[in-house]
Amino acid sequence: MMSLGPYASFIVTSYAAAAIVVVMLIGWVIIDYRNQTQRLRELDRSGVTRRSSRSAVDTP
Amino acid sequence: MSLIDLANPTRFLALSARVLPWLAAATLILLTIGLYQSAYAPDDYQQGATVKIMFIHVPNAWLSMFVWGVMSVASLGTLVWRHPLADVAAKAAAPIGASFTFLALLTGSLWGRPMWGTYWEWDARLTSVLILFLMYLGLMALWRAVEDPSRAARAAAVLTLVGALNLPIIKFSVDWWNTLHQPASVMRMGGSTLDKSFLIPLLVMAVAFTLLFVTLHIAAMRNEILRRRVRSLQMMQASRVAFSSEVGTGSRQENASEGAA
Repeated sequence: MMSLGPYASFIVTSYAAAAIVVVMLIGWVIIDYRNQTQRLRELDRSGVTRRSSRSAVDTP
Repeated sequence: MSLIDLANPTRFLALSARVLPWLAAATLILLTIGLYQSAYAPDDYQQGATVKIMFIHVPNAWLSMFVWGVMSVASLGTLVWRHPLADVAAKAAAPIGASFTFLALLTGSLWGRPMWGTYWEWDARLTSVLILFLMYLGLMALWRAVEDPSRAARAAAVLTLVGALNLPIIKFSVDWWNTLHQPASVMRMGGSTLDKSFLIPLLVMAVAFTLLFVTLHIAAMRNEILRRRVRSLQMMQASRVAFSSEVGTGSRQENASEGAA
């Protein structure tokens, strides 16, 4: 078991904060992608499509 | 495929969909290695185990400036070349850069308390990074405030380029003024002053966080392109509705006038 000394709380808080922010960023990107693709599908279903007549939602 | 090909948003979407899983995997692998090396790095003879905060703080501090640099290049692309993806790149980078800057400030503060005896000091380095963070928030607010993306793009590009003047101030603040913050110890003339046992984990973490930024940035750019497509389709839909209602009103008026005659 590694010892973090008397300032362990500062070290752990730093790493925990970084982990939380990174997870939030990843979550934001994933949720935003789902929202945008869902809106594009809804528009596609209602007959609003781009001039190129290709599907606006690129399927990975 | 050339860079010009990437200027096409549709091609960018197709290429980025293929590249993203590989970038995410490389980021995950490097972060795992970096975290492992950071955990088992030796204690510093002065700072003890708190030196481990450096492996999080320094990459975030570097990236806070690097991301603004990326946004500045993108802003040039918006103002000079009107590159279709330039504004998308700048807008997508801002929240990520703001997050890195926030982490740099927070972890710096948590490192400062045991080492300097204070969480915060209004010295040149800390204050200039706080200004950078506020500029990120200001840019994000500007993009939200202006509805038309092309109008917002120009204003944001000018603000970004003006804000880039803060980058050399941040970098050289520790040399120009007396600050609590230590001077540069990695990127300096004469080479790094860090021992390899600290330098290697630090560089691995820096590359891992840079890859994390690239991955998140490309993903956020894809989202921004899709958001603009949604917006243009919604405008198209609204104009169709307006046109059909105008036609409907016109035909009703014609029918009414024929009936009266």
